[in-house]
Amino acid sequence: MSAARRCRPPRALAGLFVWRLRNTSVRQMPCQFVPLYHVANDRLITFQYFNFLKRMYVTQCNKDLSQRAKPKSDSAVSPFHELQQLDQEKKVVHKISPVSPVHQSWSETSSRNELREKKSAAETEDSVIPVGAESKEDRQWKEMKLRLDDLPGILARLSKIKLTALVVSTASAGFAMAPVPFELTRFLLASLGTGLASCAANSINQFFEVPFDSNMNRTKNRPLVRGQLSPLLAVCFAACCGIPGIALLTLGVNPLTGALGAFNIFLYTCCYTPLKRMSIANTWVGAVVGAVPPIMGWTAATGSLDAGALLLGGILYSWQFPHFNALSWGLREDYSRGGYCMMSVTHPGLCRRVALRHCLALIGLSTVAPVLDITTWTFPIISLPINLYISYLGFRFYRDADRSSSRKLFFCSLWHLPMLLLVMFTCKKSVLEKEDKGDLPGGSHERAMEIRLP
Amino acid sequence: PPAHSRSDWIGPPDKHSNLRPVIFYVPPEESALERRLREARQEAQASNQRFWARHNRAFRQEKEEFIYSRLKAKGLEMRDESGQKATLNAEEMADFYKDFLSKNFKKHLQYNRDWYKRNFRITFLMGQVALVRALRWLRRRKKNVEQ
Repeated sequence: MSAARRCRPPRALAGLFVWRLRNTSVRQMPCQFVPLYHVANDRLITFQYFNFLKRMYVTQCNKDLSQRAKPKSDSAVSPFHELQQLDQEKKVVHKISPVSPVHQSWSETSSRNELREKKSAAETEDSVIPVGAESKEDRQWKEMKLRLDDLPGILARLSKIKLTALVVSTASAGFAMAPVPFELTRFLLASLGTGLASCAANSINQFFEVPFDSNMNRTKNRPLVRGQLSPLLAVCFAACCGIPGIALLTLGVNPLTGALGAFNIFLYTCCYTPLKRMSIANTWVGAVVGAVPPIMGWTAATGSLDAGALLLGGILYSWQFPHFNALSWGLREDYSRGGYCMMSVTHPGLCRRVALRHCLALIGLSTVAPVLDITTWTFPIISLPINLYISYLGFRFYRDADRSSSRKLFFCSLWHLPMLLLVMFTCKKSVLEKEDKGDLPGGSHERAMEIRLP
Repeated sequence: PPAHSRSDWIGPPDKHSNLRPVIFYVPPEESALERRLREARQEAQASNQRFWARHNRAFRQEKEEFIYSRLKAKGLEMRDESGQKATLNAEEMADFYKDFLSKNFKKHLQYNRDWYKRNFRITFLMGQVALVRALRWLRRRKKNVEQ
């Protein structure tokens, strides 16, 4: 494939092309929509276009390359010095042609590359952006012009699409667990509404945190940090997602769900985000933010806030702690420098205690589920192994307090939650049975299936 | 960026502040509103750059001092026999991180307030500029249609 072969040409060549581009009197830099009649120098039009294509190929290929080797640190002069020497175009050019990969800390990113599907509270989504892309693109000056074909990718990153997907799946779990006949349209509307609300909340969060994100390794590739999007557009996108999302929930599902959605957006953007820099209480607020979507799913199905909804919310709430505390254990340096008040930095002992406490709480909550008639008694029994395992890892984290135990706990939490929700779903008590007040452990699953078919 | 470009350009992250510098395009027919927006953005950029460059430099320096003092207390040198730079493990560094965070807490609170205010102001100005431009474009369209 010629495209692949084009990746091989030394990066210096690409730099050379860029240099040539700069020296021609072209109106605008590589932009497909450049009206060609603007080009002053006619004979360079075709060359210009091919240069652009070549450059595109090189950068595209870099996106696919996963460079594992540790790049050497750049020795370039700080870009801010360049600002004063704008007239000397040569200086800028020299900065670009010897393209050397950007120095990066791999301590966090290497572990994140494994987490493609799963998402953790907004922490890992940036890892999926292949590191190779940065080494070339990061070192160049880019035009701050929005390109329409880049827009879907940019908006996906802005709305933290993977986290949104996880949120929607917890909401659908809440919907599925509600003891009412399943309605497909309602389910789809609720999921869509929740997804839109989550996109809006995430966008506003990124809008608020631009300078902090640029200083932390995990988040420095976000669209607003890289200037791929203006803050105004981010806010407009958030409004375009949030308002229809909440309207959809309020009008298409029921007002209670809409209210919960709006409340959650508010809690996340106006409470959690500023609180992150003021007090460690942010973790508890964040856990509530994570607990609300399944409650929303439940209320979307039933229209009322039952004990079952609160139990599901409670399970998600407890889950957040081992998940987040384990994650934040490895990010202490970045948090400290960035000015984030996290338990792992200021109260490490508390951090580990809380994580363990909530692992154990998960066992307790799973036991309460059949008491509230949500599931049969098989649920606490089947879920006991995974709950015990995460509690064991939580205990190891509490005792050892080192990187390996925190990572084990974190990765466990990633598969623990979907597994728990799945087991809960299969152990769901059917509606018919509830009327009989009977308890058929074996048959409940099939009965539940019967009820669910419209 | 090329002298003929009509848009802003954003550069690679600064070595000290990790922020990306922006070179703003000054259109010849810049209105007063657009000038206010550009100046607000420039001012915010300069202020952010100052804060983070100083903050990060202080962090690095204090980290070095901390490592040095701890190593000395342990009786080790900065570099071991093979010439590698000696480091402390995460648990020992945790004390430093906690300390640093609490020392700079007030500074961060002040900066947060500042940043939020600036961010809102800039975004609001952007909105105004966008609105004015849209109206101007609509008016021009209407004129063209009439002609």
